[in-house]
Amino acid sequence: MDYSQFLVMKQEIALLVVFLLVFLYDTFMPRKALGAISGFATVLFALFTAGCFIWGEPASVDAFAGMYVTSPISAMIKNILNIGVLIVLVQSCKWVNSDNQLVRRGEFYELLLVTLFGMYLMISARHFLLFLIGLESASLPLAAMVAFDKHRYESHEAAVKYMLTAVFSSAIFMMGLSFVYGLSGSLYFEDIANQLGSQSNAMLVVALAFVISGIGFKLSLVPFHLWTADVYQGAPTPVTSYLSVISKGAAAFAFLVIMVQAFGQFYSGVWEWMLYALIIATITVGNLFAIRQKNLKRFLAFSSISQAGYIMLGIVGCNEMGLGAMMYYILVYIFSNLAAFGVIGAVENNTGKVEMTDYNGLSKTNPWLAFSMTLAMFSLAGIPPFAGFFSKFFIFTSAINQGSVAIYILVLIALINTIVSLYYYLLVVKAMYISPEEPVIARFRSACTERVGLWVTVLGIMLIGIASCIYNDILTTASLSDLFAFVK
Amino acid sequence: MELTILWYLIPSLLMFCCGVYGFITRKNMIAMLISLELMLNAVDINFVVFNRFLFPGELEGMFFTLFAIALAAAETALAIAIIINVFRVSEKIDVDDVTKMKF
Repeated sequence: MDYSQFLVMKQEIALLVVFLLVFLYDTFMPRKALGAISGFATVLFALFTAGCFIWGEPASVDAFAGMYVTSPISAMIKNILNIGVLIVLVQSCKWVNSDNQLVRRGEFYELLLVTLFGMYLMISARHFLLFLIGLESASLPLAAMVAFDKHRYESHEAAVKYMLTAVFSSAIFMMGLSFVYGLSGSLYFEDIANQLGSQSNAMLVVALAFVISGIGFKLSLVPFHLWTADVYQGAPTPVTSYLSVISKGAAAFAFLVIMVQAFGQFYSGVWEWMLYALIIATITVGNLFAIRQKNLKRFLAFSSISQAGYIMLGIVGCNEMGLGAMMYYILVYIFSNLAAFGVIGAVENNTGKVEMTDYNGLSKTNPWLAFSMTLAMFSLAGIPPFAGFFSKFFIFTSAINQGSVAIYILVLIALINTIVSLYYYLLVVKAMYISPEEPVIARFRSACTERVGLWVTVLGIMLIGIASCIYNDILTTASLSDLFAFVK
Repeated sequence: MELTILWYLIPSLLMFCCGVYGFITRKNMIAMLISLELMLNAVDINFVVFNRFLFPGELEGMFFTLFAIALAAAETALAIAIIINVFRVSEKIDVDDVTKMKF
């Protein structure tokens, strides 16, 4: 075997080096130096992110007989995820260094980097075995991270729920894969597409339903969403924010690659309608359940379910524009959601409160936190001129480009749901600004790292939508990709 | 009598359905984990059988099975660790008792 092929996986190898350095630092440095591990890991990861931007991927290269492909578009989605992870790392500094986590703070970074490595594999995999390994190494350490708060019962309960549903979903996914293998005799995406031909049969429909529901669990699409709210509520807040943006973004991109590369020719016959049903259910149920939530983390869980439905609109378009719009949506979603979670994390770290009624009158005591939260809510709801508006606009446009009546109805339902979502996002704003009750949370000064994280996200929300070069850049890269060759 | 592919596929499908049924009906978390193992093993049988009967010249299904077994072992180890954690905190391993967070 030609071992020089490993050099194609530049980003993965660099990430592995970061992981090893953090691991060695955690294991061999004296106890006194361990206080600096969060700074060490964050700076190292920042350097890694910058390096990925500077030495970007110039061309599309594959390795291991096409099992692994890296291209400008996959390098770009990895960069987007890197930005999100960096913000999560900065925001989580204070929580990691709190007394309860002191003994195992190194493990947080190690587990996080391993899951990110798994997501990289998911994104670049063009073979189902490699994809499965990436999927598992992304979701198993995440279960350990969900159980990270050893002193809180909810954390364990959330971990159990996450673990059991994750294994269940991957079992169903693998069952679907075995059918696909029986039909096509290969696990390479490209060979599957070539072998299956364009004639669909009953077994293929079952296999596709299994594969879609398996990945639907990871993306928390309705009706596979039941774990989401409990896990988001029980997990430590930094882990929740990581789970809600990074793992969702990676899974969405990998989902698109699988659907168009391996099953592209069955788009209009088989899975287009499955996706329609999933999207309508996801957006509507997510929105309706979000209205009745009292706990802010649960509330954001349902909001993120409905956002996943909007992300899926990029897949249903099934063209380069949809891909670009989806990646732009993920980027904006990372900034908006991390701003909201940054505020929740800061409030939780200082006062331990996460209920929506606790936020009554927050603007009087902590105006800056309330302001950031408001911007995040506006962006998630899609109010111009914040970034969320542009991402929704582009994703709707890309979907409508298809031009069939069914997709017009789909987009119309999504639009109506945007208005519904406005109601519950503004409930939070109302609690913070208009509610006449006395403020529950006293004035406090959040940690320096938390403020840096909030500044970055707020700037992102305000600027990403206006700086059109970002969207142009993503769209140009997306239009160069050859992902959609098989789609019919 | 010759054993055709159906002699293997139907038991594996039954195993898978038993796993799903067990996962949904069982209350004990360890029993749920066993049901999950049934599902994963049914997948392994499927892959091996497809490989052996339909594509005898290749080894892709066998290799997938090897990796799937390793992944299943990792999943079980982690799940048991988490269940033990829950048991330490609450002294119970029934799913009916792990219901503090609900809709």
